[in-house]
Amino acid sequence: MNLNVDYMISIIPLMTSAATYTIKITVLGVFFSFLIGIAGNIVYYYKIPFLSGFFKGYTEISRNTPIIAQLFFLFFGLPQVGITLSGFVCGVIALSFLGGSYMVEALRSGIESVSKIQKESGFALALSKTQILVYIILPQALRTSLQGLFANVIFLLRESSLIGAIAVPELMHVARSEISMFFRTEEVLLMLTFYYIILIAPISIFFTFLEKRLRYAR
Amino acid sequence: MELRNITKSFGDKKVLDKVNLNVKEGSAIVILGPSGCGKSTLLRCINGLEKTDDGELVFNNIKYGDEKTNWRNIRGQIGMVFQSYELYPHMNVLDNLLLSPTKVQKRDKNEVKEMAISLLKRVGLDDRLKSYPHQLSGGQKQRIAIVRALCMNPKLMLFDEVTASIDPEMVYEVLQVIRDLKNEGMTMIIVTHEMGFAKSASDHVIFMDSGNIVEQSSPNDFFSNPKEERTKQFLNKFLHL
Repeated sequence: MNLNVDYMISIIPLMTSAATYTIKITVLGVFFSFLIGIAGNIVYYYKIPFLSGFFKGYTEISRNTPIIAQLFFLFFGLPQVGITLSGFVCGVIALSFLGGSYMVEALRSGIESVSKIQKESGFALALSKTQILVYIILPQALRTSLQGLFANVIFLLRESSLIGAIAVPELMHVARSEISMFFRTEEVLLMLTFYYIILIAPISIFFTFLEKRLRYAR
Repeated sequence: MELRNITKSFGDKKVLDKVNLNVKEGSAIVILGPSGCGKSTLLRCINGLEKTDDGELVFNNIKYGDEKTNWRNIRGQIGMVFQSYELYPHMNVLDNLLLSPTKVQKRDKNEVKEMAISLLKRVGLDDRLKSYPHQLSGGQKQRIAIVRALCMNPKLMLFDEVTASIDPEMVYEVLQVIRDLKNEGMTMIIVTHEMGFAKSASDHVIFMDSGNIVEQSSPNDFFSNPKEERTKQFLNKFLHL
């Protein structure tokens, strides 16, 4: 294999700006997914009648449909009824819609791992249901869920590579068009891999750090 | 504290059948009985962890236990300690002690902290303020759990088999704390299997079986002169250990 290093260096600015785009879309996607995850669990925790059903339905749809379908619906379908969203907004919505259900489930397993009698001891000490959630359940649940949340963040980062399907300049899309223009497949794929690793490594380090910080509990 | 005709069923199974109990202020009552006789459920009914099906609860001459009950108010006055300690594992000892007094009773943090430290001194654990529960032994955790309940200034304390999952050697230090509380005049209902403790530290012994109070008397009468056949059977098993 004969790599053209000069070419690889020359596409750094392009790849970096694509990576920045990927970061933006992923960070927003993770943020809103997490909010959905928290919201879903609050609904389950208080057993709010109508919304519990809503979240169950949402989870099913979100987990069982491909993100591409969701994207096409947002990007090509909605304009038919007069709602036009930018590629970026569509990407964030699709990623959040997909990630939300995964976050709901990851957090839920953590919340369910807190024993019933631990909650009862909170009740016995006159705490309200909300105080028990905030001070007792969530801190413990977040720790238990950390692995799942981490996996979800990585998952969403990887899924963001599919958002290029609606022609937004994220990493995968930029790499693909670069290949089709200059046929420097090896160089571009190598750079692409390198960029994804650079994106994922800090997340991995961050979660390992978090886990260590939180380990004192058990 | 008074219980009148307390009845409670889980499904078809009646775990409490018209139980009546009168606990005078400043007295320590021990409830004995085989597993599943309803003694833990009785304690849990008193602070609303289980809802009663029928009967009346009276605390400080005020009836409670119906739909309108402000349980948080009741629970602020009735402390409960569990068999499995249930300290909050993600908080250190001090934060465990401060949470309810500051968040529920809205008391001043420094005032509660002072109280917590002096209580910890009395149970010999004032050097453990910054420890996390997993760094403590069972006996230590249980003493902290007792202190945690005491920080709420309860008028009544419920102990649910608090020594059942502690190393035999550590049981003494926990029982000693409860004994001290009794000497200070705390009103207590204690569910336990520690016969020696029941004999020496209680004012009144209750024996329960199948959701009923079978016999109740002073500890002396109870252990040396039980009247009911079922009580004799139960006590015999302990003599033959």
